[in-house]
Amino acid sequence: MSNTVTAAPTRVYRDYGQPYWRRALVTRESGIIALFVIVVLAAIVWVPYFDQPITMTFLLLDVAPILLIALPMTLIIITGEIDLSVASVVGLSSVLLGTLHQAGLPIPLAALVAILAGALGGALNGFLVTVVGLPSLAVTIGTLALYRGLAVGLLGTTAVTDFDPFWTSLAKSKIGDTGVPSIMIPFVILLIVFAVVLHFTSFGRGVYAIGQSSEAASFSGVKVQRTKFILFVLAGAVAAFAGIYYTLRYGSARGDNATGLELQVIAAVLLGGVSIFGGRGALHGVIAGVLLIGVLGSALRLANVTSDVINIITGTLLVLSVVSTSFLAWLHKKQPRNRGIKDGSHAAKA
Amino acid sequence: MLFHQFGTRTARAGAIAAVFVSIALVATGCSSDSGTPAASDGGSGSSDANLSITFLPKNLGNAYFETSDKGGEKAIKEFGGSYAEVGPSEATPDAQVSYINTLTQQGVGAIVVSANDPKAIGGALNDARDAGVKVVTYDSDTDVEYRDVFINQADSAGIAKVQVGLIADQIGDAGEVAILSASANATNQNAWIELMKKEIADNHPDITVVETVYGDDDDQTSFDKTAALLQTHPNLKGIISPTTVGIAAAARYLQTSEYKGKVALTGLGTPNQMRDYVNDGTVTAFALWNPADLGYLASYAAKALIEGTITGAEGDTFDAGDLGSYTVGADGVVLLGDPYEFNKDNIADFDF
Amino acid sequence: MSTLTTKPTPNVLLAGLGAFLRARETSILLALVLVIVVTTIKNPNFLFSSDGFRDLLLTPSILVLVAVGQAIVIITRSVDLSVGSTLGLTAYLTGRLFIDVPGIPIIVVILAGIALGAVLGLVNGALVAFAKVPALVITLGTLYAYRGINVLWAGSDRVNASDMPKDFLHLGTTSYFSIPLLTIIALVVLVAAAWYMRNTRGGREFYAIGSEPAAAELYGLKVTKRILVAFVACGALTGLAGVLYAARYGTINSQAGSGLELDAVAAAVIGGVAIFGGSGTVWGAALGAVLLLTINRALPILGVPDFWQRAVVGALIIGAIVLDRLLALRQTRKLRETRNDSNE
Repeated sequence: MSNTVTAAPTRVYRDYGQPYWRRALVTRESGIIALFVIVVLAAIVWVPYFDQPITMTFLLLDVAPILLIALPMTLIIITGEIDLSVASVVGLSSVLLGTLHQAGLPIPLAALVAILAGALGGALNGFLVTVVGLPSLAVTIGTLALYRGLAVGLLGTTAVTDFDPFWTSLAKSKIGDTGVPSIMIPFVILLIVFAVVLHFTSFGRGVYAIGQSSEAASFSGVKVQRTKFILFVLAGAVAAFAGIYYTLRYGSARGDNATGLELQVIAAVLLGGVSIFGGRGALHGVIAGVLLIGVLGSALRLANVTSDVINIITGTLLVLSVVSTSFLAWLHKKQPRNRGIKDGSHAAKA
Repeated sequence: MLFHQFGTRTARAGAIAAVFVSIALVATGCSSDSGTPAASDGGSGSSDANLSITFLPKNLGNAYFETSDKGGEKAIKEFGGSYAEVGPSEATPDAQVSYINTLTQQGVGAIVVSANDPKAIGGALNDARDAGVKVVTYDSDTDVEYRDVFINQADSAGIAKVQVGLIADQIGDAGEVAILSASANATNQNAWIELMKKEIADNHPDITVVETVYGDDDDQTSFDKTAALLQTHPNLKGIISPTTVGIAAAARYLQTSEYKGKVALTGLGTPNQMRDYVNDGTVTAFALWNPADLGYLASYAAKALIEGTITGAEGDTFDAGDLGSYTVGADGVVLLGDPYEFNKDNIADFDF
Repeated sequence: MSTLTTKPTPNVLLAGLGAFLRARETSILLALVLVIVVTTIKNPNFLFSSDGFRDLLLTPSILVLVAVGQAIVIITRSVDLSVGSTLGLTAYLTGRLFIDVPGIPIIVVILAGIALGAVLGLVNGALVAFAKVPALVITLGTLYAYRGINVLWAGSDRVNASDMPKDFLHLGTTSYFSIPLLTIIALVVLVAAAWYMRNTRGGREFYAIGSEPAAAELYGLKVTKRILVAFVACGALTGLAGVLYAARYGTINSQAGSGLELDAVAAAVIGGVAIFGGSGTVWGAALGAVLLLTINRALPILGVPDFWQRAVVGALIIGAIVLDRLLALRQTRKLRETRNDSNE
């Protein structure tokens, strides 16, 4: 009997874990936030008239609809679906606000009706996707046309523009002396609600789970269909609210308001680090994505560059961001896996 | 966070992307910082008044506004201000608001705008005026409280009368006519259409207006709407199109259609666009004024406002270079002159 | 002794006829005929005037080309949302070539337009095939980017009808045996595409990739190359459509073709091309395009203000995909039943 037990040769595995600070800070989202900060700094230095408080005011007034709609859109894309009809809901709610206002309804009541209509529109999307089982891409292309068509059909190409100045200046008003538009208040409230739901409730857990694998999520007890349905309804309601703001801010209710907005929202969401395949993403990256595109647009306009150059840049950024994710994944796969074993003695197995 | 990302590679890629975009922005900023496109800095800038004037037409890519804004540029070069032209690609009111906001930020001296809607851009215009920017409307007005001065190309009643007279001549003063307008909210077209209908009701009882369609000042839309009009109303005798984009598109459709020569077409058009159609008989006669003069006058009015020579009150007078002296009328309206009729005999003499 | 029950040999002709009648394409054709008949009753000029007949055939021909290209891409389980911007760019190129290179032969311009379209499609295809990113996102980005390039290039200029040679514009309106030339071109392309998709190996591979990409990969098909070809074909067809657009409308500004992608996808979906790929024909997409545009032109005559066009398109798309889904469910059920039956 020996007293010394020969310890089996220990395999020293390389530590792949990273310290918390690194995991928290070096993420896709922080890349976008850093990019945003750099662009703002560059704009302040090089673009004339950029560094006034009114720039931020106009910027936030312009991107508020995108910020609002990006919130539910993030959740929808995380579940692996998509909603292309949001801009048409904006247009429809704008038209409803205008026609009801013309019919004599007070604005708050008309706004409520518009939001309900938006929620209904989202419910139709949700129904077709969850109950009938259609792919959300096809459904929302159809409802994009349908809702936009209803909006244009109701009002033709006329615009309702005789809104009470009280409401139009409310839409553009600022919080005290800060220069921050008042629309940021409802936005921040919604942001907090969505962030809490996404990260601190089981509903939000379910959203991520569905994005990773809806079958596994379903077997784990997540109510997949109900979750998706709720998300689509939310998207419709928030889009309708954004439509009311848009109408009052520009003072014009028109059937083709906000045409093409859905592309800007999706571009910002994808830029912000949300994966198109679902299952990944967070809201802070999305906010940075929206603001980044907004700042670029604002800076280019002030520099008297045609505002359509911003389209080239948005499109290119969108393509770059998704291609780079794919490229990084490919690189990651290429890393050899078992560099970890340090003792080098496979023979020690014996 | 829940899902561990790719670590250093992401950071590296993010940094590279950041550098790339910053370089792009710097390049843009530097290149356009050395002067706005189409800016002509005057050498003889005597006053310290801010004579930077920007034209904001209904939309870009419109031949009528190209001519008028060139006239405006000519005037600005004469008195040593700086000229710029911006505009949306589609003639909608909310698109103009963004540009007005940007101009406010840039602190220009005056905005010369042709409004897509009488009310919708009012809020933004007043914000600009609060910041010290002068607002001149030309071609298409806003409500009185949103601008300082309106340069009207011709008396609205006169424009309506001329067009109705032309179509009545061409269809024998009896029959169905239709109107192909610009966008549904355009202040000027709507004013003229109202007056045209009144003129027809008062003085041409045998003519009926069967439909008014809107081409949105877009060429393809106007083209398709003309086709639809001819299809839907087989007894149509004439079309009035009080917009240069509309009449050009309608003429192009008529030229290859079986209705050429059978349906009369008139309205407001530019000689260069309409020359072919007048020469081959598709269009007999149409009217307009000189848009270059309109822009020219608008620039001088803006200058007068900036320098404080006028405030837009009735009775103010100001000097308008080659056009002479002008007086502001009621409601801050300045009238350019009378409409002019173009036909086969004189169309060769003009180039705009 | 066992009696052999033989199944009666199905009558081939009847079976073929049955398949034809049940085919999705036939119902689209019937719907089209119905719309034309109803509208013509209301206003005989719709069909019987020479303008009416010409416009009926002429207006859809541009969309037919784009819809055929889109169908090919959708069949491979992708989508190309940038076709509108591609059309705008090639139409503007056409105009610019005529203005900047006086005396350039028309055939060169046509080839240049097709080439540009093919290049733009190649960019899309390369990003989708190599980066393995969903086509939705890529083509969303290129929709933006190409339109932006178009506006940057055109500025506020536009090409006027007077800038282009009369012969070229004549192509847009001329007819042979009262069928417009553009329609003939569209028909020729359609027949060629349909033959390719059905009868050649390349075409069948598109269907295979769309049905199940993983299986196609394992089977040894060169999936990457096929996807590239699909996008290049779509781009080239759209490029041709852009040249024809210039001939037909004569005036081209930087917004030409915007919104076209929706109509193209709608035409394909209504024509029976499943959005998930693997089924549908280019005939269906072409018929869908004709149906869509004919409805657009018929609405004002039927007294429906043409503002409602877009709503009708949307309703049709939703109806088409719901119908597809119900039919697919019914088919799965039937297959399951036959499987259960044959297992007894």
